[in-house]
Amino acid sequence: MEIPFTVEARPDTGLENPKLGMWLFLASEVMLFGALFSSYILLRTGASSWPIQSQEVNVVVGTVNTMILITSSVTMVMAWASLKMDNFKNFRIYLMSTIFLALVFLIVKIFWEYIPKFHHGHYPSTNTFYALYYTMTGLHGLHILGGILINAYFLIPGSKMWKKDRKRFTNRIELAGLYWHFVDLVWIFLFPTLYLL
Amino acid sequence: MTTTTTTAKDVKKHSRVYFTVFGVLALLTVLTVAVASLELAVGIGIGVALTIAVLKVSLVASFFMHLISEKKLIFIILIFAVLFIMALIFLPLSDALTNVGTKNVP
Repeated sequence: MEIPFTVEARPDTGLENPKLGMWLFLASEVMLFGALFSSYILLRTGASSWPIQSQEVNVVVGTVNTMILITSSVTMVMAWASLKMDNFKNFRIYLMSTIFLALVFLIVKIFWEYIPKFHHGHYPSTNTFYALYYTMTGLHGLHILGGILINAYFLIPGSKMWKKDRKRFTNRIELAGLYWHFVDLVWIFLFPTLYLL
Repeated sequence: MTTTTTTAKDVKKHSRVYFTVFGVLALLTVLTVAVASLELAVGIGIGVALTIAVLKVSLVASFFMHLISEKKLIFIILIFAVLFIMALIFLPLSDALTNVGTKNVP
């Protein structure tokens, strides 16, 4: 049985079903991260003392990772744009770049942030700041990992669809892109919240 | 810019916009770090950092996520999400700020 409205818009919503589904999912993600930001504000406001965050975390590493994620957002949108321009070769280059940058982000996070902090005895149990820092960046890191898996699927086994149904495959990449840009958006708020303020 | 309406020619034109947006995002990131190092008053520092973050998020959502040319239904979904977030942040915060300076009674 063929699934309806995967590439053409539904007359009542004006949207393809997968796109509507993705935006509903992203709205639920907004609530998930929103709850954590709310917890951060409440716990910080209610705390009798709070560490100077820029002295606890590595601002340079955070800035580098911000640049990496922003760059990966451009490569992701260019992967989709390449498909729209019927250029499958460029699509692969851009998607591979996105995956590579995501991996670099995680490697920097683990080896230049988490491990040095563990060596200094800074664990989630150390204080409220570190509990929030590890929870928020950890959850974001899991989302990065999810993005890597999704994009790797579309790079290798999932790309077979390009030969059979180009429009549907292009739509899938657009949705993967929406998810990836959302992960970037979360980091744009996480960076000043946990590193600079 | 949605998949149903965009042509290859449009996308080629938009590609230049994507790189321009990237340049602006990179500049705003540097600006955020520079402003944070100025050691402004806490309130002003938070205000500036959040304003830059909102600007960056708007650019990513508008151009990379194509929200600038999206259908009304998506905006309705997002308005609900933003309203719930505001409630989640400001309702407990207003209570917390009311109780600042008061001692907890066991």
